[in-house]
Amino acid sequence: MADPNTTTGTRPRSMRVGLFVTCLVDFIRPSIGFAAVKLLEDAGCLVEVPRQTCCGQPAFNSGDRADSWEIARQVIETFEPCDFVVVPSGSCAGMIKTHYPELFSGDPNWLPRAQAVADKTFELVSFLVDQLGITRLVARFDGRVTYHDSCAGLRELGIRRQPRELLAGVAGLELKEMHEPELCCGFGGTFCVKYPDISNAIVTKKVDDILTTGADTVLAGDLGCLMNMAGKLQRRGAQVKARHIAELLAGMTDLPAIGEAGTRARDLP
Amino acid sequence: MTATVTSPSFKENVRTALADRQLQEALSFGLGFVQRRRQAADRLPEFEALRDAARDIKNHTLAHLDLYLGAYEERVVASGGRVHYALDAEQARGIVLDICRRTGARVVTKGKTMIAEEIALNDFLTANGIAPVETDLGEYIIQIRGEAPSHIIAPAIHLKKEQVEADFRRVHGNLPPERNLTEPAALLAEARGVLRERFLAADVGITGANFLVAETGTSIIVTNEGNGDLTQTLPKVHIVLATIEKLVPTLEDVAQLMRVLARSATGQDMSVYTTLSTGPRRPDDPDGPQEYHVVILDNGRSAMLGGEFNDMLRCIRCGACMNHCPVYNAIGGHAYGWVYPGPMGAVLTPSLAGIERARDLPNASTFCGRCEEVCPVRIPLPRMMRAWREREFERRLSPATVRSGLKFWAFFARRPRLYGAATTLVAPVLALVGRARGRFRWLPLAGGWTRTRDFPAPQGSTFQTQWANRRRR
Repeated sequence: MADPNTTTGTRPRSMRVGLFVTCLVDFIRPSIGFAAVKLLEDAGCLVEVPRQTCCGQPAFNSGDRADSWEIARQVIETFEPCDFVVVPSGSCAGMIKTHYPELFSGDPNWLPRAQAVADKTFELVSFLVDQLGITRLVARFDGRVTYHDSCAGLRELGIRRQPRELLAGVAGLELKEMHEPELCCGFGGTFCVKYPDISNAIVTKKVDDILTTGADTVLAGDLGCLMNMAGKLQRRGAQVKARHIAELLAGMTDLPAIGEAGTRARDLP
Repeated sequence: MTATVTSPSFKENVRTALADRQLQEALSFGLGFVQRRRQAADRLPEFEALRDAARDIKNHTLAHLDLYLGAYEERVVASGGRVHYALDAEQARGIVLDICRRTGARVVTKGKTMIAEEIALNDFLTANGIAPVETDLGEYIIQIRGEAPSHIIAPAIHLKKEQVEADFRRVHGNLPPERNLTEPAALLAEARGVLRERFLAADVGITGANFLVAETGTSIIVTNEGNGDLTQTLPKVHIVLATIEKLVPTLEDVAQLMRVLARSATGQDMSVYTTLSTGPRRPDDPDGPQEYHVVILDNGRSAMLGGEFNDMLRCIRCGACMNHCPVYNAIGGHAYGWVYPGPMGAVLTPSLAGIERARDLPNASTFCGRCEEVCPVRIPLPRMMRAWREREFERRLSPATVRSGLKFWAFFARRPRLYGAATTLVAPVLALVGRARGRFRWLPLAGGWTRTRDFPAPQGSTFQTQWANRRRR
């Protein structure tokens, strides 16, 4: 279990952190949101969750500019008052951080506002490590895990070292890397719906790679990728569990893994 | 007419490709390009800086293309050669045929050129009684199979060596059955033996160009087999097929670009052969062609200049984007349906063959970003694919189901209160339905997913509902 008194680094008190929980976490797996809240509160942040929907990526990546603008403006307005915006997803954080300014590049009224929100938006794990200076969380997990680098977090935000750094401090945990942890899992947002056959071919290779590690748990920082990998692992009858890295770091691994039956999260926390 | 476009049937092509066991085995074997590129880049401390320099050289040239084209032509003419401009494929083919007819050519050898693929030159020459002979091993293999290249630098990468052996036994009539052709080296020796005779018989040699140098009027090809040298020095006529974006100001610029080209492509520090040709044979040259022609094709490229897809013209055709693409690695090059596959093809094909015919290509990407990460001239490929998606959306080219699904979702996503109310209702219901297994083996509207994967059931109430309850407590 992570303990507020054993985290290290400088922690400015009462930082107002707006949690952008993401539409997938909100709907499918709220426990990731609560794990993020726990990690942030343990680190001394004041967490707020303003009413929200989605970052707009499905529209943006489908070429629908009008809806992308509309949704992005909504997110910007909502999160402007926060000191930081933290997102338990590299993909959605990347959308706000790198694509919002791009989206408003021709709009002199909204560009500065988009840029201001972009500048204070961070993916959860990199926020803990890079912004709060946390290098070690006291957590325990007895098992062998492998970590999948989700594409947007890795290539848009440069998240590679930070999750591994925190995992290295988890007692009982053995990290066994895949041959190609940086290879896409084939999720791709709307891609997996538009081209399910290609998506399946890609995730098949990913799952092969996961299985060769002998890990009992696959971790990642993005629920979309995790749902894809979990869904394929389960269809193949593999016993590997899929969890968001925040859940493990927050000591919430007693919950059923993604796509597993068990007690519902209603009682959380 | 240009090369046949089967991109409109992309989804069918994909199904065929995924069901093709030979292809899937060939793809899974690969050529180790990814690893070798990584090692080559790691060996060179200035590699990233070189990529910046390469990008800048190409940007500069494209911004002053008129100037460099003029200078290049002047130098070619001064060295005794000729420059022909072709607006489209038909003009380019006509120019090549005229030269062949005037010189009485019957056999034409060809070095590797994607431009010849783009203008479907082989079929055209054959139809006009001229025999084109591909001399690059990969190109030769697919020529005898009647196929198109599936990769821009490794045209036969979709084949296994057993298939090549069978083709050679079928086409090379005199092969004794006891001759061992199981190893790649033996296949190479066999092709080389056959091709030697063709090199000597050829009247015209056609090559592509990796670079056209404005400073000197030189065309440059890089190869690993040396076939390009024989193609362009033995026949009495050498025709260079190139396009406008191959221009580079100086030899010094070429040297810079070459430092990233082979490293990005195959992980070699340099290709085995780098061949510079400037004009026809001079009086005291030991060999070389009597005539030297350069055909510079536009075929839609000038329309890209200065526009949204201008950066695509920086491409130096290394193939790194496709080598690193999870989609390309799953379906191979033929499924893309035209000359240029992978991420670069997903941007270029709509530009050159029309977005109406290539609608799927820019959509069939996970946007994993690996292509941009390795592109030696830093082309923002995902951003450009997205730009094509925007044009499709504006022009209502995207499927009606996708559009209406998106509109339905956006209607809620734009209304947080309504969205909250809807998800608050739906999530617990789905959670209840999926409770026993924790996941679904089938879901309406998600058949594509659940055909091959399970889909997790929601845990219960949405996060925002639970959060609000927690606050109330």
